[in-house]
Amino acid sequence: MQRVAITLTVNGQAISAEVEARMTLADFLREQLGLTGTKLGCEHGVCGSCTVLWDGAAVRSCLVLAAQADGANLTTIEGLSTGEAMHPVQQAFWEHHGLQCGFCTPGMVLTAVALLEENPAPSEAEIREALSGNLCRCTGYQNIVRAVRAAAAQMQAGRGS
Amino acid sequence: MKPAAFAYERPGTLGEALEVLARHGSDARPLAGGQSLVPMLSLRLARPALLVDLGRIAGLDELVVRDGAVEIGAMVRQRRVERDPLVAQHVPVLAAATRYVGHPSIRNRGTLGGSLAHADPSAEYPAVALAMDAEMVVRSGRGERTIAARDFFLGPFTTALAEGELLVAIRFPALPAGAGWGGEEIARRHGDFALAGAVAVLERGSDGTCSRASAALFGVATRPLRATAVEQALIGRALDSAVLREAAALAADAIDEPLSDVHGAATYRRQVTPVVVRRALEAAAARAGF
Repeated sequence: MQRVAITLTVNGQAISAEVEARMTLADFLREQLGLTGTKLGCEHGVCGSCTVLWDGAAVRSCLVLAAQADGANLTTIEGLSTGEAMHPVQQAFWEHHGLQCGFCTPGMVLTAVALLEENPAPSEAEIREALSGNLCRCTGYQNIVRAVRAAAAQMQAGRGS
Repeated sequence: MKPAAFAYERPGTLGEALEVLARHGSDARPLAGGQSLVPMLSLRLARPALLVDLGRIAGLDELVVRDGAVEIGAMVRQRRVERDPLVAQHVPVLAAATRYVGHPSIRNRGTLGGSLAHADPSAEYPAVALAMDAEMVVRSGRGERTIAARDFFLGPFTTALAEGELLVAIRFPALPAGAGWGGEEIARRHGDFALAGAVAVLERGSDGTCSRASAALFGVATRPLRATAVEQALIGRALDSAVLREAAALAADAIDEPLSDVHGAATYRRQVTPVVVRRALEAAAARAGF
């Protein structure tokens, strides 16, 4: 089984590792780095629960080989908060009941973070389109969309002050 | 779900990549953005012995305007195609179609060349290439050749690329001022593969009649198709809604090898084909000033 040496940055930490060529980035994060906040739902690019940020852009970690991520700068859900202080998107999900079982939440939150980075004041339609590749089977999308709107408002207010 | 084991190489130059592909023949698969290939590996629908990762090859991600065409490197990410001002200016239909390719997180990794070489019959890019008369620039150890989009897509996931050949760039002729375009698709959800789709390009000649018409179909047959009967019904005519409707009604005649699956039966796809063609033609005609 061929192994590949990779060096990358995950949540600000430089990491060197050896991975099996066939290992996906999602499995590498979960199994080799123990970052199980990244969830695996469908494992073929449909559900969005394995979304991570790659140089700030949302990417499905089940659709990337770990070997391809050599040199990447990644943020997983574990890297979003600052100590005990949650990211405004996480805070808004909490306050607006944007999660129930929580399985899709890491992917939803990171997708929303990437959206707000590019478009700090999205319309509801833009939020829905951005989240359309992330499936939730229990919370319901209403509160998730509400949470993202609230986070956008919060972050804009924060920037203004 | 784990891919079967494979060997992995990440060449640093195009020459090395071509050499590896030539040496391993059909055992090797090039890996571009991986947004189609990696799930196929995970589902074990593909079991190549060797993956050749193109991610480190310099020069495959350039996007330039040259000789009246926009030349886009095969490894240019779809997200860039969606937003690049040169694409928006010269091949606006390509930018517009990109918004229907998967979701933003797919487009952040997926590449233009990967999608074209993958040749999914339900994908948007092959139909855009066909409607725009794009040229595929192909390299191998034997040198370079170009393949017209019309000759490139042979069947489901099958192209005219020979063993050892790599798609390195795609040339889209710039749309002249006064040309109009339209794209339409029917899918279960935004971002899903199309059950029926159409891309249209129309040009209005100096005499006010239609001087150029192309209508490409996707999602309805084993490969993207040009609906030539539709095109012939438009050329030389002043286009109004009755003419467009009449021409669009001929669209399903082009479907020789229909697609049919659990998402959409062949009869359904055939029935909605004239509808998507008419909508694409109407948008193109409005933009072309008819």
